[in-house]
Amino acid sequence: MVVVRGLHFSINGRVIFSGIDLNVRRGSVTAIMGPSGTGKTTLLRMMTGQQRPDSGNVEVDGQDVGALGRTQLLDLRRRMGMLFQNGALLTDFDVFENVAFPLREHTRLPERLIRHIVLTKLQTVGLRGAAQLMPAELSGGMARRVALARAMVMDPRLLVYDEPFAGLDPISMGVVLRLIRQTNDALGITSIIVSHDVQEICSVADTIYLLSDGSIAAAGTPQDLNGSDAQIVRQFMQGLPDGPVPFHYPAPDYHGQLLERAP
Amino acid sequence: MNGMIGDIVGSARDSLATFGRMMMFLGRLLAATPAAVLRPRLVVHQIYNAGALSLLIIMTCGLFVGMVLALLGYDLLSRVASEDILGAGAALALTKQLGPVLTALLFAGRAGSALASELGLMRATDQLAAMEMMAVDPLRRVALPRFLGGVLAMPLLTAIFIAIAIFGVQLVGVQQVKIDPGSFWSQMRSAVELADIYEGLIKGTVFGIACSLIAVYEGYNAAPTAEGIGRATTRTVVVSSVATLILNFILTAFML
Amino acid sequence: MRQTRAIEVGTGLFVVLGLAALFFMVTEITAERVGVQRHGYLLSARFDQIGGLKVGAPVSIAGVNIGRVTDISFDDSDYRAVVQMRIDEQYSRIPDDSDAGIFTQGLLGNQYIGIAAGLSDTFFVDQDRIELTHSALVLEKLIGKFMLSMAGRGNGSGEAEEGAE
Repeated sequence: MVVVRGLHFSINGRVIFSGIDLNVRRGSVTAIMGPSGTGKTTLLRMMTGQQRPDSGNVEVDGQDVGALGRTQLLDLRRRMGMLFQNGALLTDFDVFENVAFPLREHTRLPERLIRHIVLTKLQTVGLRGAAQLMPAELSGGMARRVALARAMVMDPRLLVYDEPFAGLDPISMGVVLRLIRQTNDALGITSIIVSHDVQEICSVADTIYLLSDGSIAAAGTPQDLNGSDAQIVRQFMQGLPDGPVPFHYPAPDYHGQLLERAP
Repeated sequence: MNGMIGDIVGSARDSLATFGRMMMFLGRLLAATPAAVLRPRLVVHQIYNAGALSLLIIMTCGLFVGMVLALLGYDLLSRVASEDILGAGAALALTKQLGPVLTALLFAGRAGSALASELGLMRATDQLAAMEMMAVDPLRRVALPRFLGGVLAMPLLTAIFIAIAIFGVQLVGVQQVKIDPGSFWSQMRSAVELADIYEGLIKGTVFGIACSLIAVYEGYNAAPTAEGIGRATTRTVVVSSVATLILNFILTAFML
Repeated sequence: MRQTRAIEVGTGLFVVLGLAALFFMVTEITAERVGVQRHGYLLSARFDQIGGLKVGAPVSIAGVNIGRVTDISFDDSDYRAVVQMRIDEQYSRIPDDSDAGIFTQGLLGNQYIGIAAGLSDTFFVDQDRIELTHSALVLEKLIGKFMLSMAGRGNGSGEAEEGAE
């Protein structure tokens, strides 16, 4: 479904990706993990055509995203859904209208049908009763569920999640986890999750790609990664404070600096 | 010394680049304008936000500007025994200069800053990116109606400001300091020509385009942080005000 | 969506208010008469000098505003200014030997045409011409005249000659 080949990218001279290859199987849940600042979100933005790589390419559904024109890109996006970190609900509209938004923009369906579709999707995420609430009245977990309903409303073939667990309480997290797995299996959607929550990802993902220092440090099933001896994988999976990703930001010699006379 | 010149050249180049980007943004907005005709409701909503919600502040300020103009004008004119032409002078000043300029400044402070912070917030909370991901062009769906709403509301706000201000002039001039109403109005009528009103409205429209463009541009391109939104809002008010005053000079010179 | 109606009403109100303000400006602040301006009759007058008279200036008789100047042109056969004015139809009994002059409102005000009623029993009708006219007083000339008369007080009356303008 999604194939990434030889991806290189840098911003202001800082290298973000130096040769990334990955392959997302149709119908699977694939996680992209890695320490903060390794460009996980940037990778997502390239898959959705919000950013273009310096070299290499990203193919989604057989189309090279970086080479698409504007209309083709919009066309491709109609077949994708994306869940933003905080839901990114439109604050002007209530829950119902948020979910109905893509339908109203892209289709000329009669009001009855729109209502039917929206209520079905809201029922799936368990928020049919919240249809009349405004986004400001929702908790973080609810907002993300509404966003999921909205991402699903056009029946996409690919769902992309950006940090879906960040800042959620354990119960909401469990709900979102179950929904991800459910929508993936029930609707035959391909899912890509960007996250750094190890426990949650291990319980939901089929394949994990671990990103570090601009390249893929490890790839495989959750069991593969948990059993790996590679230092970076162990540091990340077990949350060790020091390792290949150092605890200390690069600095001059500690004692030397303390003894130095103030300038 | 050399460094200072370099700084000045550098910041001039930056301003020029910003101006260029803004003009390109305007081009994109104008190119998309025909599409807005198909969604009049979106524009109506924004006329409401930019116009109807600014009504109270415009009317209040108009009234007080008119009244103070009358007091000042009366004080000055009565010294040369020409208080009859108070209406004429005030009306000319209001239609040609004060009306459009003050309305634009108030518009930038009220509607412009609201627009910029609203769009900036939508940028910061990924709402614009989310729209893009839903294959909806946020420029057309969000920026364009707001721009058009502002552009359409400004001339009307200008007219309302001027009318209320003249009412204020009349209130002080005729009701309070007892200038003869007949000569007040007839002097005004013989002094103000239709061309003066056109001038006021043209200015109002041009200022409306400038202030709306600046607000929408700054908000739409705000840095996606709390600080970015604040900066976009401040810049909107400052740049709009400066642009209004500069444009006013240019337009006045042209239409003199 | 819930407040759609309120927004539409508010917008409607705003637009109506704006248009009303525009209408007020055009009809009340300027001399324009929208729609009803084609009544009345036309008179013309020739002046040697109209000073700062402008189209739209009032025409008055005994201080009462009875019409306005509609057109000013220059006739190169006799080098005089031709002023067209429209008089409101209710003032139809103006003697046809009345004379017209150009005066200034106040010291610095606009110029207007003042008509002094004559004694004739017949009245002006449409397209008539006012034969007796007094030109506008040009301040510079007035001062020039005054200076000359001061200078020439000893040797009789001083003739004011046209100076360069």
